[in-house]
Amino acid sequence: MTYKIAIASGKGGTGKTTVSLNLFYTLQKQLDQKIQLVDCDVEEPNINLFTKGELHSVSDVNIKIPVIDSDKCVYCGDCASACAYNAILFVKSISHIAVLEDLCHGCGACTYVCNQPDVIVEKDKKLGEVNVYSLENGNELVEGKIEIGSAIAVPVIGKTLKSTDENALRIIDAPPGTSCPVMETIKDVDYTILVTEPTPFGLNDLKLMVETMRKMKGKFGVVINRAGLGNLAIYDYLKEEKIELLMEIPFDKNLARIYSEGKIMVDEVPAIYEKYVKLFDKVKLNLDEANSYS
Amino acid sequence: MKQIVIVSGKGGTGKTSITSAFASIAQNKILVDCDVDAADLFLITQPTILESHEYEGGKIAVLDPEVCTNCGICEELCRFDAISLVDGQTTISEFSCDGCKLCEIACPVDAIKMVENMDSRWFESETRFGPMIHAKLGIGEDNSGKLVTKIRDIANKKAKEQEIETVLIDGPPGIGCPVISTLTGVDVALMVTEPTLSGMHDLNRLIELAKGFKLKSYVLINKYDLNPNISDEIEALCLKEELEVLAKVPFNRDFVDAMVNQKTVVEYAPESELSKMLTEVWNRLEKD
Ligand code: SF4
Ligand code: SF4
Repeated sequence: MTYKIAIASGKGGTGKTTVSLNLFYTLQKQLDQKIQLVDCDVEEPNINLFTKGELHSVSDVNIKIPVIDSDKCVYCGDCASACAYNAILFVKSISHIAVLEDLCHGCGACTYVCNQPDVIVEKDKKLGEVNVYSLENGNELVEGKIEIGSAIAVPVIGKTLKSTDENALRIIDAPPGTSCPVMETIKDVDYTILVTEPTPFGLNDLKLMVETMRKMKGKFGVVINRAGLGNLAIYDYLKEEKIELLMEIPFDKNLARIYSEGKIMVDEVPAIYEKYVKLFDKVKLNLDEANSYS
Repeated sequence: MKQIVIVSGKGGTGKTSITSAFASIAQNKILVDCDVDAADLFLITQPTILESHEYEGGKIAVLDPEVCTNCGICEELCRFDAISLVDGQTTISEFSCDGCKLCEIACPVDAIKMVENMDSRWFESETRFGPMIHAKLGIGEDNSGKLVTKIRDIANKKAKEQEIETVLIDGPPGIGCPVISTLTGVDVALMVTEPTLSGMHDLNRLIELAKGFKLKSYVLINKYDLNPNISDEIEALCLKEELEVLAKVPFNRDFVDAMVNQKTVVEYAPESELSKMLTEVWNRLEKD
């Protein structure tokens, strides 16, 4: 199996990372093949806190940003008008030009339009890194991480996904929310598990996620975490929208404690392990079905 | 005027529930929901929208296949891997396009136009707690940082006009672009965390980020009794970083029950220990 399965949630803190981890450890027990855990929550990658693997490779994620030689510049301003992000500060009257590196997306438009030779050269700027850790059984954790203070996540996610092994089954922890970083993570996956909780906040965020999934035409199902808290409105919503409920995990202080300590629930509680086995059966059914059509 | 923001490195720590509790307590304030990606504050404050505005979130490139000659120049130039040949036709993926307009500039036959992406909106509203500024980010849109800056500007302007003393901001989770836009220029930040390994790790990254800003930071540990040991470690971390922990709030179902009833915890259980505790925390934030 070489499926890519993403775990996402409209808001953070619903248990997305817990589901990714527990699914991974369940499959590690069940399957005799390479599995990769992929942490695309690049602002706050946390999986390594739980898996404690051995770091075996680090690669930087860079973009190319312009350096303008103000001695050779003729102050035409073409670069500043080409920049869609206002990253070039150009004041014609006093012949001032400067690159605002924090705003630059590294698109290359300025370098492309500048028709003076050698005025703009490009240098690397580090946005983050991709770390690969070895886990048990030849499995791996591929982790993307942005530099603190860097506002650009998408290229780090892109490189993280590109660094995964095409021949492995990949369990991908997506960033929270519904904006670009999530889309970047799930645009090429085979299936997305949406994790939510049965509260008004959880329902609202789930609706946004469902909207996103439908816009992207991705296959998905829902896991309800902390079942028993809140109210039942979410179940009505799933029924109305004909969305598959894949699994429920009850709210339980004992489970909360296991998580808080960085332990893995499927190792500690057999009933939870059973739930994850069934969860994967359902996901696999969806995937195999989709595959037999194409 | 004073800007106070409630943030959390990790999502799900109770940030929005705590912000809404402060909305019940604070006098003469304007509310701003900067968690534009997953805006939830409105579920409790139930705003009446007075004005709704379109927000120009940015542009994306749209290609006209009738004009395009499939020369491949744009595909070669695009650094966001947004352009590829699909069934013999050069195609731009709306999900990958970053909106840089290099392809529009480079296309020799003008087959590409930048088109405004108008999916996002922002709102000026009235609530039982006073005015509120909030937004809805279009699905899969970038620029959430810019939208945050926009609604904060509007809120600050309103506060000045109406002599409002406090701008109370519900911040986004994480440490990325929208958080940076949220922290810029605020006076006081309350970081809400929880005693889990992830909570502690994310708080650490948030503290590092906040060092780059001129603001006074405090910490609140929510659900501290779920793991008192980790809670102690968070306190030790805060001590080391010279951050005051203003409160350790025990796990309390009232937060969820209040939410289900569209109330703040202070409205739902005004005499509770929890409400008293949060009132004390707010008094500290306001005083500073
Ligand atoms: S590389 Fe792109 S984003 Fe950066 S300064 Fe040049 S035009 Fe602007
Ligand atoms: S396009 Fe080149 S010459 Fe013109 S202002 Fe920019 S750097 Fe200077």
